[in-house]
Amino acid sequence: MIGYIVRRVLYAIPILIGVNLLTFALFFVVNTPDDMARMQLGAKRVTPEAIERWKAERGYDKPLLWNDSADGIERLTDTIFYDKSVRLFVFDFGNADDGRDIAHEISTRMGPSLALAVPVFIIGILVNISFALMMAFFRATYLDFWGVVSCVAMMSISGLFYIIGGQYLISKVWHLVPISGFAGGTDALKFVILPVVIGVIGGIGAGARWYRTIFLEEIGKDYVRTARAKGLRESAVLFGHVLKNGMIPILTGAVVVIPTLFLGSLLMESFFGIPGLGSYTIDAIQAQDFAIVRAMVFLGAVLYILGLLLTDISYTLVDPRVRLT
Amino acid sequence: MPFQPVILWTDALVFLLLAVLIGVVVYVRKREHLRKPWQRVSQSPSGMVGAVVLAFFVVIGLLDSLHFRVRLDGAAPAGKSVYAVEITSVLDQMLSSLRQRPEKTYSAPLAYRSYARETVELPGGRQVREYPRLTHGGAHLKDPEKEWAGDVGRRVLAGGAIGFILWLLTGTILCAAIAHRSGSSLDRAWLSVMRGELDVPWRAILMTVGLLLILASITATLAAKYHVLGTSKVGEDVLYQSLKSIRTALVIGTLTTLVMLPFAILLGIAAGYFKGWADDIIQYLYTTLNAIPAVLLIAAAVLMMQVYIDTRPQAFPTAMERADLRLLFLCAILGVTSWTGLCRLLRGETLKLRELDYIQAAQAFGVGHARIITRHILPNVMHIVLIAVVMEFSGLVLAEAVLSYVGVGVDPSMTSFGTMINAARLEMARDPMVWWSLASAFGFMFLLVLSANLFADAVRDAFDPRVAVKPFRFSLRGALRKKAAT
Repeated sequence: MIGYIVRRVLYAIPILIGVNLLTFALFFVVNTPDDMARMQLGAKRVTPEAIERWKAERGYDKPLLWNDSADGIERLTDTIFYDKSVRLFVFDFGNADDGRDIAHEISTRMGPSLALAVPVFIIGILVNISFALMMAFFRATYLDFWGVVSCVAMMSISGLFYIIGGQYLISKVWHLVPISGFAGGTDALKFVILPVVIGVIGGIGAGARWYRTIFLEEIGKDYVRTARAKGLRESAVLFGHVLKNGMIPILTGAVVVIPTLFLGSLLMESFFGIPGLGSYTIDAIQAQDFAIVRAMVFLGAVLYILGLLLTDISYTLVDPRVRLT
Repeated sequence: MPFQPVILWTDALVFLLLAVLIGVVVYVRKREHLRKPWQRVSQSPSGMVGAVVLAFFVVIGLLDSLHFRVRLDGAAPAGKSVYAVEITSVLDQMLSSLRQRPEKTYSAPLAYRSYARETVELPGGRQVREYPRLTHGGAHLKDPEKEWAGDVGRRVLAGGAIGFILWLLTGTILCAAIAHRSGSSLDRAWLSVMRGELDVPWRAILMTVGLLLILASITATLAAKYHVLGTSKVGEDVLYQSLKSIRTALVIGTLTTLVMLPFAILLGIAAGYFKGWADDIIQYLYTTLNAIPAVLLIAAAVLMMQVYIDTRPQAFPTAMERADLRLLFLCAILGVTSWTGLCRLLRGETLKLRELDYIQAAQAFGVGHARIITRHILPNVMHIVLIAVVMEFSGLVLAEAVLSYVGVGVDPSMTSFGTMINAARLEMARDPMVWWSLASAFGFMFLLVLSANLFADAVRDAFDPRVAVKPFRFSLRGALRKKAAT
């Protein structure tokens, strides 16, 4: 088991290097820092000196990969690639274009992101499972039929509609909770409750329908027939046997997204004004602050790989038949 | 020539896709084993309803993909023709009455007065603040307060009646075709269609066609004199915007898969078939791509594209061509980020297939790799590809709206559901609320995605051998009849 984990962690390194090379190529080779400077400065203020100053302030004035003017090891380290890409490996994200420390921003913004993402994740899974179990219990009846119909309909609605509609109805017409904003401590509840409800509702369509097929697949298996044959009630079969076995694919499917919860939700956070990592990323994209985008890409990749690792481990925990070697 | 055709990049690819589709249809029609699953699709009521609505959208999208420049009369010197700078499509020409009736600013659906108050000077020199009459919407009414309701009602009735007659005509033609095929009489065919006795759910199809026809003709009669869905901030007709957005959504939903398929099929099958180091490299490739959050990768690539375009303005002669290239690039980058899922599925399936006896036998006989892959493996994974493509479509349409909201979607000058929502979002705070742009964008998008989802489900049920659970049939009578027949 430990050997397996170590090997998986080592396997993550080439993937992170790949991610790094790819973002480096996108941000520095396809478009040179000069292009970026021109874009940031705007058409009016572009002069060669202004571009040089912009680059120097942000450390983009060095050569890309190989510095001929330096000596020894500095030839490799005094370059953009080393400064901007290699340092990400030790989580040294550097400064954003406005001069603020990215690592500090990330650590302060993680809390609000989690305050929103964790409840959505947990409540969402519980709601989806209950809804799916209900459809599986009443399978091949009108309740099941209309359940599936409403799932397909809900899947077809744009996520933006849930957000805009919910904000309008609950905050603007009914004045139940503030439209947007965030506060620390217990005050956070009144800001977070609406986005959580919307996030859960938005996920029901696809989630419940998927879980329903998982449960129905389990119901068709032999052990369920045996359980019924020995005289168990349908509810006991469903909760005691089908639910337990159905949880294996559900849990492993859910575990992979746990680490990425840290990144927050792009749309929710920017619509509800929650100062988390999602809105940070959106603001960075809209302000074209590439340093932040690079940092978030790297962080996202690390968390994704962590998710894959957790998935494999959780397989062995929930399903003793699986052995990792 | 009265016009000069212009073929944009996406147009060319859309029609290439159409040609491929027609080719596939011709190929499949001749082969019994390929036709069979499609017959199952055609027997699913929900799937066929989805297909009808989808077909309606596709026709609009195709009409909007035929671009040209109109010849300008008069100004041209002898022997030479001068064409307009503006590129228009066949759809634009058909909707020219919508396009060329701009108002000053917002107006509600079917309104005859503007949304915003204006200072109007009365003949006596006095000034009043009032809601001015629209220049086009309801301009034919002399006394709008009294006439408006009656006029709208009459138009709805007239449009509904025309739609109903059109529907009866299509229904009769369809039944005549069915009667001709089965050799029975016309009213017999009507009866069996309406009772749902045929394999193909013609009743559901006809109902959908009828609903679409009636709605379309009501809209058309109303649109002659009103702005059916209101106007936007700059006074553009929202119905026109919505219809134009359909093409953008369809292009993103289809061309992306066109980009994705070669990657997914080639790499997926190669990884599963050759195993060893090829498998390692391909797995590494898609894990790396997957590790980057999709939105960020798309954002990064689109931002780079933006920098590229902004620093090279001379490369793009018109705004339309620039927007079109940006759309194509968006499709490409969406394709690059979304091929990994299908690739993994294909790899897994190929790994299973290559151990099967018939492929082992082919290898033992010395059949080459290329031939084994094209003859034996590819046909046996095509159902996965097909299911993935139809399932992907609706997700891509929804993704476009989100990406445009984030600011990394289509060009702001291009009409799409995302840009419509983005522009209308800020108007929610106004009082009274400007809801019509938002509602139309969401409504059209919902209809498109829902029909695509229904169709995709039918395709999956028909093609996926693993679907163990029989989809619940809505019609109890049909089930009973089947039981009686066996």
